[in-house]
Amino acid sequence: MKGKVLQNIGFSSLFLCILTTLFFLGTIIYFIFSRGIQVISWEFLTQAPRNAMTEGGVAPVIVGTFYLTLGSMLFAVPLGLACAIYLCEYSPKSFVVNIIRISINNLAGVPSVVFGLFGLSVFVKLFGFGVSILSGSLTLGILALPLIISASQEALVAVPHSIREASLSLGASKWQTIKRIVLPTALPGILTGVILSVGRVAGETAPILFTAAAFYKRGYPNSIFSEVMALPYHIYALMTEGAHPVKQKAIAYGCSLILLFLVLLISAIAIFIRQRQRSYHG
Amino acid sequence: MDNSIKMYADEVNFFYGKTHALKDINLNIYKNHVTAIIGPSGCGKSTFIRLLNRMNELVPNTSLLGGIYMDGMDIFGPSVDAVEIRRQVGMVFQKPNPFPKSIFDNISYGLKVNGIKDRLFIEEKVEWSLKKAALWPEVKDRLHDSALRLSGGQQQRLCIARSLAVESEVILFDEPCASLDPISTAKIEELITELKKEYTIVIVTHNMQQAARVSDYTAFFLMGELIEFGKTQDIFTKPNDPKTEAYITGRFG
Repeated sequence: MKGKVLQNIGFSSLFLCILTTLFFLGTIIYFIFSRGIQVISWEFLTQAPRNAMTEGGVAPVIVGTFYLTLGSMLFAVPLGLACAIYLCEYSPKSFVVNIIRISINNLAGVPSVVFGLFGLSVFVKLFGFGVSILSGSLTLGILALPLIISASQEALVAVPHSIREASLSLGASKWQTIKRIVLPTALPGILTGVILSVGRVAGETAPILFTAAAFYKRGYPNSIFSEVMALPYHIYALMTEGAHPVKQKAIAYGCSLILLFLVLLISAIAIFIRQRQRSYHG
Repeated sequence: MDNSIKMYADEVNFFYGKTHALKDINLNIYKNHVTAIIGPSGCGKSTFIRLLNRMNELVPNTSLLGGIYMDGMDIFGPSVDAVEIRRQVGMVFQKPNPFPKSIFDNISYGLKVNGIKDRLFIEEKVEWSLKKAALWPEVKDRLHDSALRLSGGQQQRLCIARSLAVESEVILFDEPCASLDPISTAKIEELITELKKEYTIVIVTHNMQQAARVSDYTAFFLMGELIEFGKTQDIFTKPNDPKTEAYITGRFG
C-alpha cells in the first residue's frame, strides 16, 4: 500500500516537471507570437527596411540568413561527411584517432562567441575576406562541423555489418560498398543531422557578430564579400541600437517570430525524415 | 593433380591475435559436390570457410600460415585480388542479409559493381538467377518491391540468387538455415542439391541431419583441428575417430 502511494507521488512529480517545461515553451511561443504577429504582413516579408528601420520590411535580412546558412552548409556538409566516413570506415583504431574523436566532440562544446573571435582573426583579418558572407559562412560552418560529423558517424555506425559483408562477398570493393550500400542506407540519419545543424546555424548570433553581420545595409548582398543583415543579429541590433526603440522593438518581435518559425519548420522536416526512415526499416 | 578438386587447404594455420584458431588443416573441396563442415560452436568451422573467400582478412590482427588453392592457384598469392576471389567464391550468411533495396536491385548490384551496364543483359541475368534460386514464381510480379518485405526463407533464396548472378563457381553457406522454419529449410536444402550439378558447395551446419541429407563429404572440426574428413556416408555410419562418433551421436556439442 505504501509502495503504491510512493509510486503515485513519484509519477505526479515527474508529470509536474513535464508541465513546467511545457509551460515555458508555451509562454515563449505565446509571447513571440502575440507581439510579433502585429508587424507580420506581406510587405514585411518582401520589402527592405525604410526610415531608419522603423518601417518597411525585413526581406534582405531573411535573404542574408539564407545565404549564410547555405554557405555554411556548402562548406561543412562535404567536409563533415568526409571526416565521418574516414573516421568510421577507414581509420585504424589507434590512440591518435581516439584523440581526434575526442577533439571533435570537444569542438562541439566550444562557446559560439569563441568561434566568432576565431573567425574574426582568421577569416576576416588573416585571410583578408573582410566582414562578409564568406567569413560568416566559414565561421558558422566550423560551428556546424562537429554536429554534422557526429550525426554522420552515428548514422554510418548504425548500418548493419551484415549488409557490408554481403556487398564485399559479391566482389564489391570497399569504396563501392561505402558508396552504393553504406551511404544510401545511412542517408536519412545524415540528413537529419544536417537539417538540425541548419536550424542551429540559422539562429546563431555570436559567430556572425564580428564576421558577417551589419546593422544596416542598403539593398541585397551582391557578392560573397558583401556584409549582410541576418535575423539573429538584426534582433539584437534592433533592441540595443538605433533612435526609435519602441518601433524597433515591434520589428524585433516580428523577426523573432520569423526565426522561430524557420527553426521549427526545419526541425519538423528532420522529424519527418526520421519517421520515414523508421517506417522503412521497421 | 586430380581434376575433380576445386579447392584445397594446405597446412592451414590461422590466428586471431595470439589465439590459434585453425591447426594444420588439410582438406579437399571436390568439384560439383557438397562438402559439409560440422563441429561444436567455436571449433573453427566458420573461420575456415571465411578463409575460402578471403573474408577473414577484413578482421584486424589476424594471420595465416599455409595456403588455400583454387583450380591449383594460391588464392592468397601476391598477384591475386581478394575482390576477384570473392566474386568467384560466393557466400550465403547465417542470417538473410538482403540490401535495403528492391528485389531487382539486390540481384543487379553484384553485376553493376563488376562493371556490367547493359540493361537488357542485367534484366535477363536477374530472371535467370531468380529462376535458379527457385524464387522467380514468387516474386516475378513484384521485382521492384523492397526485398525487406520478403519472408526469411525468401530472403535467403534471394541471397543465393544474388551470389549466382555474379557467376560464382563455389558457394559457401554459413549455417544458411539457422534462422529459418522447417519448410523454408527444406526448400534451401532442395536447392543446394540442385545447385551442386553446376556449382561447388561448402556448407557449415550445426544440424547433423542436414549434413547427412545434403552433403557428399563431411569434415568434422574440433577445437581448431580437423578430426576426420571423408564421404558423408562413411562419417555417419562408421567413423574412424571416437570423437567423431561421440559428436554425431550427440554425446557432446
